[in-house]
Amino acid sequence: MKLVTAIIKPFKVDDVKDALKSAGVQGMTVSEARGFGRQGGHTETYRGSEYQIDFVPKIKMELVIDDAEVDRVVDVIVRAASTGKIGDGKVWVTNVEQIVRIRTGEHGADAI
Amino acid sequence: MLSAATIDSGATAWVLVSTALVAFMTPGLAFFYGGMVRSKNVLGMLMQNIFAMGLISVLWAAIGFSLAFGGDGAYIGNFDFLFLKDLGTIAELPGYTGDFGLVVPIMVFFAFQMMFAVITPALITGATADRLKFSAYAVLIGVWGVVVYPTVAHWVFSPNGWLFKRGALDFAGGAVIHVNAGVAALAVILVLGNRKGWPREAMPPHNLPFTVLGTGILWFGWFGFNAGSALGANGLAAQALVNTHLAAAAAMCGWLVVEKLRAGHATTLGAASGAVAGLVAITPCAGFVGGFAPVIIGLIAGVVCYLALSLKTKFGFDDSLDVIAVHLVGGILGAVLLGFFADTKVNALGFDGIFFGGGADLLIDQLVALGATIAFSFIVTWIIAKAIDATIGLRVSSEDELVGLDQSQHAESAYQ
Repeated sequence: MKLVTAIIKPFKVDDVKDALKSAGVQGMTVSEARGFGRQGGHTETYRGSEYQIDFVPKIKMELVIDDAEVDRVVDVIVRAASTGKIGDGKVWVTNVEQIVRIRTGEHGADAI
Repeated sequence: MLSAATIDSGATAWVLVSTALVAFMTPGLAFFYGGMVRSKNVLGMLMQNIFAMGLISVLWAAIGFSLAFGGDGAYIGNFDFLFLKDLGTIAELPGYTGDFGLVVPIMVFFAFQMMFAVITPALITGATADRLKFSAYAVLIGVWGVVVYPTVAHWVFSPNGWLFKRGALDFAGGAVIHVNAGVAALAVILVLGNRKGWPREAMPPHNLPFTVLGTGILWFGWFGFNAGSALGANGLAAQALVNTHLAAAAAMCGWLVVEKLRAGHATTLGAASGAVAGLVAITPCAGFVGGFAPVIIGLIAGVVCYLALSLKTKFGFDDSLDVIAVHLVGGILGAVLLGFFADTKVNALGFDGIFFGGGADLLIDQLVALGATIAFSFIVTWIIAKAIDATIGLRVSSEDELVGLDQSQHAESAYQ
């Protein structure tokens, strides 16, 4: 089992969600996040004073999937989240040791 | 009691409505400022403004009005109207006779003036944002609202006041309200010190929609402030209303053009700030100028107040929300420009300025009024601030400042 974590542009969240649902993914968790990568932050000007805003708003999307699905799911996310411009975000994959569905007590792949 | 014949019901209705309009400006100011502070200080800001409505109203009824409008003295009123004594029964207010006779009940005049007394110290909160202790604020505006405000109001507004008699013009409070509060703000922050981290750290506004909402409320209320100061429902009130609106509009345009040229973008905060700068500048002029003068005054105010923003970084005082650039500079501008644009064809009780054949007399009187207001307000406010600092302390602890005023002063959070 793998945990796929994607940091994407906020306005892409619906596109990615729809693409993942079409690809058969059954659940995900999203949270509002702030951060910067190579894109860096941006400047804002208030009454003539410039402020450097380092952390820009992003969406963090997390989903646990079966090992066999990893390449396909990552590919779906990358295609749906891409605009070609700097700041599109990143996707990474980590191992998951255990997973339990709370309602039924199912373990492992059955709980996904 | 005034005989029924001298009371104009139209005038009374309009000044009653204007009183409510001006009362609404203080919560408007709360949102104007509240949007500009960081989210941990928004309740502290709203509270300071709304609390002025509580404390200053009580003090105004107890003593402030009497000091501002009682008696025949040139420099200060007296105690004749302490605790509203006789206000419902006397025939006329000292000085308000002949050309200056009131056609509204004295109780209406009292209420209208009360709302001015409330908003004036509230203006100071923009300069002291994020670090003034609430208890110190309460004492500061309480003493200021009894010692400084009624004195200047007496000098300038009361027909017995020495600046009024001298011939200085101030239709709705350019000197009494905006210059007075602006210079007091400067005196307080010189004692209070800068916010921790200013100007190195970014302290951007947390909710500009609040600021725009507050601007709308202020603009709306300002029709009562300026047009209500005609104390009649007549052509002069209409002229003041038109002047008020046009000056705000032109100042917004002026501010945005300079901002776009110098900083690269026309901003929402710039539009809001420009409009308020124009409203401030037209305040002393509202019932004394006509024609296209309000547009010119507004444009100048928008440009000059924008340029005045850089004063605080140049001189290193943390006027957090630019009370000095907008209210002090805007108020001075309006009072000075009135020396050029005043026109007795608009208001026979005024004087002609330089552009209307009146020579420099009015301008000189305006400068005297400004000089006296600035010197008195600065010195007395500085002494009050120093005394508070030496006793209960003016400023919150650095830990409390870090946590924010909402939690440290009021044990509340604005957003869950």
